[in-house]
Amino acid sequence: MQTRNSRMGLVLFAVYLVLYGGFVLINTFSPETMEATPIAGINVAILYGFGLIIAAFVMALLYGVLCDSNDEPGSSKEDDQ
Amino acid sequence: MIYEPSVSAAVIFFVFVGITLGISFWLGRKATDAKGYFAAHGQIPWFVNGVAFAGDYLSAASFLGICGMIAFYGYDGFLYSIGYLAGWIVALFVIAEPMKRLGKFTFADALDAKFQSPGIKLAAGISTLAVSVFYLIPQMVGAGVLVQPLLGFPHWAGVVIVGVTVIMIVVTAGMVSTTWVQFIKGTLLVIFSAILTVMILNRGFSVATDEQTGLQTIAFPDGVPEGWTRFVDEEDKWPNFIRFKDESSRIRVFTQYDQDTDQGRKTWLLEAQYTSTDKDGTVFVNGEPKGKEKGEPELHPVGHIRKLPGGADKTGPLGPLSFFSTLLESEVVLWGSEKINESDDKTTTVYFQKPTPGSQVLRPGEHPKFKGIRGKDFIGKLNFLSLMLALFCGTASLPHILIRYYTVKDAAAARKSTIVGIGSIGFFYVLTLYMGLGAMTSGGMDVTNSNMAAPLLARSMSELLFAAISAIAFTTVLGTVSGLILASAGAVTHDLMSSFFKIEMDDHQKVRVAKLSSVVVGAIAIGLGILFEGMNVSYLVGWAFSVAASANLPSLIMILFWKGVTKQGVITAVVVGMVSSLGWILCSADSMEKIFGMTASDALVPFGQPGIVTIPLGFITLVVVSLLTKKPEPAVVA
Repeated sequence: MQTRNSRMGLVLFAVYLVLYGGFVLINTFSPETMEATPIAGINVAILYGFGLIIAAFVMALLYGVLCDSNDEPGSSKEDDQ
Repeated sequence: MIYEPSVSAAVIFFVFVGITLGISFWLGRKATDAKGYFAAHGQIPWFVNGVAFAGDYLSAASFLGICGMIAFYGYDGFLYSIGYLAGWIVALFVIAEPMKRLGKFTFADALDAKFQSPGIKLAAGISTLAVSVFYLIPQMVGAGVLVQPLLGFPHWAGVVIVGVTVIMIVVTAGMVSTTWVQFIKGTLLVIFSAILTVMILNRGFSVATDEQTGLQTIAFPDGVPEGWTRFVDEEDKWPNFIRFKDESSRIRVFTQYDQDTDQGRKTWLLEAQYTSTDKDGTVFVNGEPKGKEKGEPELHPVGHIRKLPGGADKTGPLGPLSFFSTLLESEVVLWGSEKINESDDKTTTVYFQKPTPGSQVLRPGEHPKFKGIRGKDFIGKLNFLSLMLALFCGTASLPHILIRYYTVKDAAAARKSTIVGIGSIGFFYVLTLYMGLGAMTSGGMDVTNSNMAAPLLARSMSELLFAAISAIAFTTVLGTVSGLILASAGAVTHDLMSSFFKIEMDDHQKVRVAKLSSVVVGAIAIGLGILFEGMNVSYLVGWAFSVAASANLPSLIMILFWKGVTKQGVITAVVVGMVSSLGWILCSADSMEKIFGMTASDALVPFGQPGIVTIPLGFITLVVVSLLTKKPEPAVVA
């Protein structure tokens, strides 16, 4: 039942978990880091926050593209009830 | 604030609700059997389903609660946006396809696919009901909040209108109409939020004058007008404020604000606002009896910028990035409040200005609930971690989101619609930060009610936009509430009645039972919505996520990834997760204060958000019980 799709999902999930976990931990234990303004006068809090939202969408698209080209027939066959 | 019901708003509103109901009735003719009623025959196109995900998910809490929290406290509200969206990653990458493969109508189907145990159905069905009802509360509160300024009805009337409308939608056509309502609503919400954001950027920021705010700023001590006298009562109950009797003997309240400038230190007095209720129930606003119509005494709308970078008066149109860099260097006026017990039968609430640097507005940890991360106390940090964990894990465990995987034809469609969902939801969440900060500086906020920020922001632009946004926010509530009620009805019909109590039902009877339970759940939701008036809806939703994540996620994940799971393990994990998280919430300081009327120190648990304790607890329970009950006799009956 663990198809290639699921494995890829888990890898992408792990990547996002690291990104999100990093954000939450910096907020919790080093909130002052979030106040730095490294780019265009905008602080880390906003850059990282927007980054997380955009990363979610990009990774979702990536997953969609990779899945479709790989085991599409498998997943719809298993779907028959 | 006095809300003047506007005719155009009311007309747009009723047209909206009318069209929504019309679609619902029209589509409902087709859905007479169970598969049609609960899962729309699995025939919803993936794109529509994806936008419906957004319509389902972007609830009153997202729209009203997050915008309100950002408008009143700054960046902290946006943390909810980030957490809510991150949860979709769990849904897409881990849960979506197995859910689609294993289930048919409800998420209990998926949990139970391997075991065929009525016990699992019962536990999962009850947890679906608990989570859905919990999630319904903030939606209904949001509905009440909206109707008040829009139509001039009291809070309870708003709750009843939503309740009745939704029951009608769900009863007439089930999942088909619910999906289309959510699709329409999701589309409109995203489009209008984008319009609002463009308008905010075009308007830019401007410094408000005293005439605009209606509040006086006095250079102290030289600028105090002649004829004003300091006013101090014997037992000084107003230590944080400076009070004057003005030339017409009205008491004016100020806070002192020191500012270091190029010419040395300057002291300002910033006018505060106050309301008090005396023993015969008369409400006074800023020392005068509160008026009933526009132009009579009322609290001034608030939300302004005190200083822009370089001492400018206004910025003109801003770009999406310069919006933030400008605000970071400005000074914004936020509002604090303090309750003063003047005598046994007279309580006064003072709302005072808190000039805050933009860099502080745009950093985490300013909201009272998030202050913990800036302190040394580890408990405060844990509370924050706990909330962020619950938001991350909660989405993929919400029954009303999970049932949407059964409305499309196959796993590929489920996946594609999730991606569309993530796109529209993510885009909307980016906009929440603009809308919240736009509201913060719009000059139109109601200082007593953070949930109204988004609609009031729209009103500061134009009355028509206000009507449109309010109507959309209202359908937002309708869409989400329909989904929740349908999920509950599905749980009652499939998981409880037919699987657990083994009541034989044909398709028509199933649909009838579902409709009946929709009415009952709807009625319960109406009651709770009236009871919980006045809590920030976003915080309430945080709790619903905690319960969902604690009760449902451990079983969902473990069934997918561990072969050793037993049915006893699943049942106990669901029950333990649900009971522990609900119990924790009921014992928290917030519940003590706001529900039971006790003091916060009576709380039995150290912090408010249960997730960090109860989600792992669910996993541990599942593993331990599964190991203990491994390889049961084949003949054992649950």
